[in-house]
Amino acid sequence: MGLFHDHLLSVVLFTPLVGAMLLLFIPRDAQMLHRVVGNLFGVLGFLVSVPLVIHFPVGSNDYAFRETANWIPSIGAKYALGIDGITLLLVMLTTLLGMIAITSSWTAIHTRTKEYYILLLLLQTGMLGVFMSLDFFLFYVFWEVMLVPMYFLIGVWGSERRLYAAIKFFLYTLAGSVIMLLGILALYFNAAKVPGSVPTFDVPALLAAAQHFPDSLKVWLFWGFFFAFAIKVPMFPFHTWLPDAHTEAPTAGSVILAGVLLKMGTYGFLRFSLPLLPADAVLRAKIIHILILLSLIGIIYGAIVCLMQKDMKRLIAYSSVSHLGFCTLGIFALTPQGLSGSVLQQINHGISTGALFLLVGMLYERRHTRLISEFGGLATPMPNFAAIYLIITLSSLGMPILNGFIGEFTILQGAFVVNKAWAAWGTLGIVLGAAYLLWLYQRVMFGNVTHDVNKTLPDLSVREYAVLLPLVALAFWIGIYPKPFFAYIDKPVEKIVQQVNPKFYEQANRALPPAAPVVAPSAPASLEVK
Amino acid sequence: MTPSGYFLEHLWLIPLFPLVTAALMLLIGRRLPRSAVSFFCVGSVFLSFVHAAGAVFQLLAVAPENRVYQQILFEWITPGAMPGPGGLVNFVADWGYLLDPLSCVMVLVVTGVGFLIHVYSIGYMGHEGGYYRFFGYMNLFMFSMLTLVLANNLLLLFVGWEGVGLCSYLLIGFYFLKKSAADAGKKAFIVNRIGDTGFLLGIFLIATTFGTVRFTSQMLSDPVAYAGILETLRAMVDQGRLAYGAPILTGIALLLFVGATGKSAQVPLYVWLPDAMEGPTPVSALIHAATMVTAGVYMVARMSAIYQLAPVAMDVVAIVGATTAIFAASMAVAQNDIKKVLAYSTISQLGYMFLALGVGAFSAGIFHLMTHSFFKALLFLGAGSVIHALSGEQDLRKMGGLWNTIPATSRPFLIATLAIAGIPPLAGFFSKDEILGHVFNRHNESLIMDRYLFLWAIGVVTAGITAFYMFRLFFQVFRGRSRVATELEEHIHESPKSMTVPLMILAFLSICGGWFALPVLWGENNTFGTFLEPALRGVKDEIGGVEVGHHTLFKEYLLMMASVGIATLGIWLAYRLYLQYPKLHSKVAAAWPRLHNLLINKYYVDEIYDALFVNRVKDLSTAFGVVDAKLIDGVGVDGAGWLARVISRISMWWDKWVIDGLVNLAGKITNGLSVPVRMFQTGVFSSYAVLILLGLAILLGYYGHHMHMIVRNLR
Repeated sequence: MGLFHDHLLSVVLFTPLVGAMLLLFIPRDAQMLHRVVGNLFGVLGFLVSVPLVIHFPVGSNDYAFRETANWIPSIGAKYALGIDGITLLLVMLTTLLGMIAITSSWTAIHTRTKEYYILLLLLQTGMLGVFMSLDFFLFYVFWEVMLVPMYFLIGVWGSERRLYAAIKFFLYTLAGSVIMLLGILALYFNAAKVPGSVPTFDVPALLAAAQHFPDSLKVWLFWGFFFAFAIKVPMFPFHTWLPDAHTEAPTAGSVILAGVLLKMGTYGFLRFSLPLLPADAVLRAKIIHILILLSLIGIIYGAIVCLMQKDMKRLIAYSSVSHLGFCTLGIFALTPQGLSGSVLQQINHGISTGALFLLVGMLYERRHTRLISEFGGLATPMPNFAAIYLIITLSSLGMPILNGFIGEFTILQGAFVVNKAWAAWGTLGIVLGAAYLLWLYQRVMFGNVTHDVNKTLPDLSVREYAVLLPLVALAFWIGIYPKPFFAYIDKPVEKIVQQVNPKFYEQANRALPPAAPVVAPSAPASLEVK
Repeated sequence: MTPSGYFLEHLWLIPLFPLVTAALMLLIGRRLPRSAVSFFCVGSVFLSFVHAAGAVFQLLAVAPENRVYQQILFEWITPGAMPGPGGLVNFVADWGYLLDPLSCVMVLVVTGVGFLIHVYSIGYMGHEGGYYRFFGYMNLFMFSMLTLVLANNLLLLFVGWEGVGLCSYLLIGFYFLKKSAADAGKKAFIVNRIGDTGFLLGIFLIATTFGTVRFTSQMLSDPVAYAGILETLRAMVDQGRLAYGAPILTGIALLLFVGATGKSAQVPLYVWLPDAMEGPTPVSALIHAATMVTAGVYMVARMSAIYQLAPVAMDVVAIVGATTAIFAASMAVAQNDIKKVLAYSTISQLGYMFLALGVGAFSAGIFHLMTHSFFKALLFLGAGSVIHALSGEQDLRKMGGLWNTIPATSRPFLIATLAIAGIPPLAGFFSKDEILGHVFNRHNESLIMDRYLFLWAIGVVTAGITAFYMFRLFFQVFRGRSRVATELEEHIHESPKSMTVPLMILAFLSICGGWFALPVLWGENNTFGTFLEPALRGVKDEIGGVEVGHHTLFKEYLLMMASVGIATLGIWLAYRLYLQYPKLHSKVAAAWPRLHNLLINKYYVDEIYDALFVNRVKDLSTAFGVVDAKLIDGVGVDGAGWLARVISRISMWWDKWVIDGLVNLAGKITNGLSVPVRMFQTGVFSSYAVLILLGLAILLGYYGHHMHMIVRNLR
């Protein structure tokens, strides 16, 4: 137990990799064995991450489960892992969605199953590494490791325009990450200039050192990181790779892409970009305004484009642009509520949009089309599917007692505190969200069955239930009792706000005397006299 | 003495009963027999009613000023610090329930009328498919509505608010195979969402202004830790930080009212309610007449402390209410669908309620809410019974003469029609008269005309129109010659007991419901108003309190006569046009074709909204799609690709002509230098031989010469 416990993060990180290695030794035509081993390690990957939740010190604002080992001592690169409350949630989301994505592929993939599961598991390790790394060098390695399996997942198992989408995805993301690499190097060399410092890629150390950089340098660094993250999120106008990649990717790829990969961008923003904001108030306000503007455009633009989409996956992809706009809005509001809401909304988006892609994937498996016009009236042959799809739709459009509402409400409140107009424009996204999601639901599920083939579509199978129900349960849990989730993020968020927006906590404590005691009833008030 | 007892301590059970059965229905309802579905779903609502009644009685047991019971179940949303009125506060939204006189009225109306409508539904929906689904949604609605009226804070109220909206969506679209039904459900949801944006922003503004969304800290263990809006508002007013007419209060009040116009179908967001009639009739009765649509009225009354300090917002509420009242009533006149008439009538009556709130007569507004829920539920259920009897016919022009064929429906229906028309001593008379009296009292007597007198005039005219269109409906359905299609004629049948008994109970309530609030000037004490008063008192009696004109018994009677007189006039007109001379109304319509068309087409408001908003958003969507494909991808991304290719070409050229050129140049130079050398490198053996010989000859000649010299020197 000791060894296991001391290296929990490493175990979680490399369990999928072990699975991938094991698959290498299995003959390529033993498809069933690929599936079994893939699923086994998918489930195992989630199970080994559960102790993280159990042992996590709730209420701490420092990194937990830290592991450090020298890696390339000559340049100061280390194998350093650690998670705080924010990354804990993201790691759990990754292991859960990873398991679900693998399970959902059981019947969907028939070609090159060996490579498929190897790549999915490799991707899993890459994503976990990005969230866990506390060393910029390691972080960058994992960041690039993620890219390759995704490229092949889209390019090999995707649909008609898969090559175009895969190359677009790859080049787009790579362009961003190369600029980020320059940023990392600039950070590294400038920090090393400080007398008495040892060269290091340590994340907390470098970000702390960056606080003493001149603003001119910080602005450059900020924009350097910005492109990598903005492309990943994606923020408007860097979003066009997303609809293509989402639409062409196989179901599991879309789930991972929407559920986890996009969160790399938002995570990067809140972990790396925020500390690089310049200290000068005017300059900072300018940058913040640009980012908020892009977020709001993303929310509204993404939602409006959804309305006219003919392809279900494309519609959901654009809805991600809108939803991630909320996440970045919350981050750049720089208030505790904005940030908490944003982190929670990142989880929520993974749950809701992940589930939406799974649902569309189930329809695709049955009909081999994603065109909305090919469906209609499915509520009649598939009542259980209709029920779960409705719950997920409602969760995505922010219905209270489901998860989406908690996130959106908290983000908007956090933004409202800073600027009322931001929140007002944001609410527009909520109206449009209801419009495109309910319209989609109506066109697919309601009415008479318009195509004869749809009359006999089977309802959900046991395996499909198993894939969907955990997400539905989570949606209700976060909607009804989000307090434990907020408890994980509270302290780390407070730490970030104290670091990047200390003014928030310095607000003058305008003392308010305790509320006056309840006034004893006077004579019947004038209201009722007639 | 603080209120206590089993029912109060188990307040949380009231919304829980229907939630449990709703979950049961939606999970395993398909496998249950109809009798079990009815038993569970109607039974759970009955249990809620019993618990609600018990809780109200236990609350009544204590002195009026102590009639508040509050329980917090758990902390719900805890997103961290935010600026509040006294520095940073940790924002917390509870999951908690509050029972005070205002929620007493609401919870009794919701569970009471709700129970009757559930019983009615057993009969009405008896032959429909999806029986379990219908009751599941209805129970889910009861849960949401009860959460709405029992919530102890604005955010939990919003949960109920959205929940009832969802159930409304599901139940309007209950016949989801019909496109019009699905469309109507979607429209209702989206229009409500537009209102909700205002509501949400209002909640944010309240949270940042007061640091809390809890209505009151009364009866909580620690009033400082559990701050309430009411107490904080009072403290801020006491400190002079907020005053009568403060812009922030006006802002809050107006934003919340935007939400109310959506849910309670007021101008300009009323358009969803007439379409909502696509749902089954019990749904129209429960959701779109008696309970959900009154949520906006309840919410404004709940926030009355803020509204009382926001005179501009109050005027807006009153004006929107009066406008909606007369506007909707005018549209009801020309409708031929029995349910559509009732829908516009509901909108109009809700307008009355807001008119009351807007002039500060909060308890009068709630009183009308209550009586309206009795007679309007009765009208809808009666209409449902008629539709049932006529095998689904809803067109007024194909009815008539049903008075004696379905007596158990027609008698209660007449009572409800008289009640809504405002004929004494029925419920509607007292509530409507109280509203009109309050509006009139605000009128400044030194002026001949002011806005209150104008609002009063609108109210009175609307009363006349209401009487007219309701009796137009009544005469067309029940009196005159039968215009029922002959094949339906023989199937006409009275509805089962489960449907007619609720009608009779509601008829009883429509008669007696008004006697709770007999006018003070009659020497009665307005029991209803006195009961509500502690909940609607606001923070200070003197500031912005409603100035009440002095009122004499004589004037009171005069006002009553005016409203009864104009109602009688409306009834008489309906009688002349639709019963005495049945051809006359088409002639009247023909005389003013433009006006008639305008009314028939509901002032083309739907068309205008489509042209102005709906289609524009769709255009925008298409345009943005093009922007993505042509501009961002076409110019931006493909441009970057093109640029990369151009650069790659340039560097290829550079490599080829400059870098390689230099290399080649070096080669060329070497090459050029080698030309003279190469001249000899012909590769022809014979020439090599010649050259060799030539060389040899030169060598020999040279050395020969030298040898010659050496030899000579030696000599």
